[in-house]
Amino acid sequence: MEWETVIGLEIHAQLATKSKIFSAAATEYGAAPNTQACAIDLGLPGVLPVLNAEAVNMATKFGLAVGANVAKRSVFARKNYFYPDLPKGYQISQFELPIVERGETEVELDGDTKVIGITRAHLEEDAGKSLHEDFSGMSGIDLNRAGTPLLEIVSEPDMRSAKEAIAYMKKIHSIVRYLEICDGNMQEGSFRCDANVSVRPKGQKEFGTRAELKNLNSFRFVERAINFEVDRQIDLIESGGTVLQETRLYDADKGETRPMRSKEEANDYRYFPDPDLLPVILDDTFIESIRATLPELPDEKKHRFIKDYELSTYDAGVLTSSRELAHYYEALVKGVGSNPKLCANWMMGDLAASLNKNNLDINDSPVTADILAGMLKRIEDKTISGKIAKQVFEALWAGEGDADAIIEAKGLKQVTDSGAIEAVVDDIISNNPKQVEDYRGGKDKLFGFFVGQVMKATKGKANPAQVNELLKKKL
Amino acid sequence: MSLSKTDVEKIAHLARISLSADDIPRYAENLSNILDLVEEMNQVETAHITPMAHPLEAIARLRDDTVTETDQRVAFQNIAPQVEAGLYLVPKVIE
Repeated sequence: MEWETVIGLEIHAQLATKSKIFSAAATEYGAAPNTQACAIDLGLPGVLPVLNAEAVNMATKFGLAVGANVAKRSVFARKNYFYPDLPKGYQISQFELPIVERGETEVELDGDTKVIGITRAHLEEDAGKSLHEDFSGMSGIDLNRAGTPLLEIVSEPDMRSAKEAIAYMKKIHSIVRYLEICDGNMQEGSFRCDANVSVRPKGQKEFGTRAELKNLNSFRFVERAINFEVDRQIDLIESGGTVLQETRLYDADKGETRPMRSKEEANDYRYFPDPDLLPVILDDTFIESIRATLPELPDEKKHRFIKDYELSTYDAGVLTSSRELAHYYEALVKGVGSNPKLCANWMMGDLAASLNKNNLDINDSPVTADILAGMLKRIEDKTISGKIAKQVFEALWAGEGDADAIIEAKGLKQVTDSGAIEAVVDDIISNNPKQVEDYRGGKDKLFGFFVGQVMKATKGKANPAQVNELLKKKL
Repeated sequence: MSLSKTDVEKIAHLARISLSADDIPRYAENLSNILDLVEEMNQVETAHITPMAHPLEAIARLRDDTVTETDQRVAFQNIAPQVEAGLYLVPKVIE
């Protein structure tokens, strides 16, 4: 039987506020345990939560960026469950009346564009952290993270493969980073994801029973966990079993999902409006004032890049995937002053490869847009060939000076003096009579041999177009 | 509406309240009475009424995003039953 996969994602984006969502304690990552957990975060008796205005601003920005309705009235609710890293015995979240409803975003996959619906996004507080190792049979609790603002972004079950899910997740990642409402750091848990996965026979309308996958803290894990889970569900059904609605944890070491023990699972949350918090009322003036602060978003930027720089959809997508990349690219094009395609090729080729190899971000690149522009200008004015440029790039990366200095010091200037090239060509022809004879006898492939010999003799510096032309004339 | 013994046990567990077996019938009756009252209220036509989120006719006041809390860990951990390395210790949560 042919099966169809159905995936919905719940993404938790930690909002980049200075203080917590309901208290004035710091949110900074990496502080000593419990030094950023105040009486409100600890849930001590008699405290009152007060909502952070910046969290509301950020949620509103997100809502507007995905074309959603920003609710004029939203309400906080208590989600009740017991766990030691949740000192109040409930998490303050939003349930029936979230701040953001019904948005959408486009994702691009293998040249096709698909719209993914966003059901809602709501504000809530994060829980603390439980450390289970090494405390003489007890668990240690760090409540620094308790009360950190989260925006939970819930998608429609619109994705049909792990690849689509990843494309959507990367898109949301890019949007929250463009908006500067979340640092997107997955290692530190600032951007995390749960996936609801089910399968159904192709053509069937009703959804199958879904499993919720947790603990997916990298793009790669999301893809692997979904693929594992899809195979597991199909095998289960085909061998006569039924899929249980349950929460499953992804085990990255084993590459599999396994059910959470029932003790870890609590799915009867008894939500009710939090009497400590009043409804949040937003008016049009506020919403419009936030709209006015929105930066150019990834999709707009991508379309502008395609139009202004005549890039392919793919190139434009890569170069606008982060604000930093897009900024570098525009500085580079401006620096070179021509040939945006050449700029794109170098950024996505040698520069991207070197950054990857050294595990660096574009912001930490030793070759800045200015420095790279200096070299691309020399390709453009034919001082060096594209091939020699690779050598120059390596020297730039190693910090050996600017492009002109490197070209000068290493004597890499392209030879365009046709007299000089002609002399070399004549030399090669007279030194290789056998090959000349074979070539003239019809072995066309030998042409490459002659080009290679000339390039070797000129250490790659001869202008390739001139070499070709002269060889054709003389052979 | 009449709650069964298992309903009461489940509610007690969710609220982490320990009930003796003798208490259960009394709780079942009291809780059922409350639900009956809710059932009565359910008969009121409310389709055109915005659900009340808070008894006060007021809206949330927001605070500026500034850090004013200082580190009070020593004071808080003085009243905690057990601490180690800055962490609050609790009975092991996963076995």
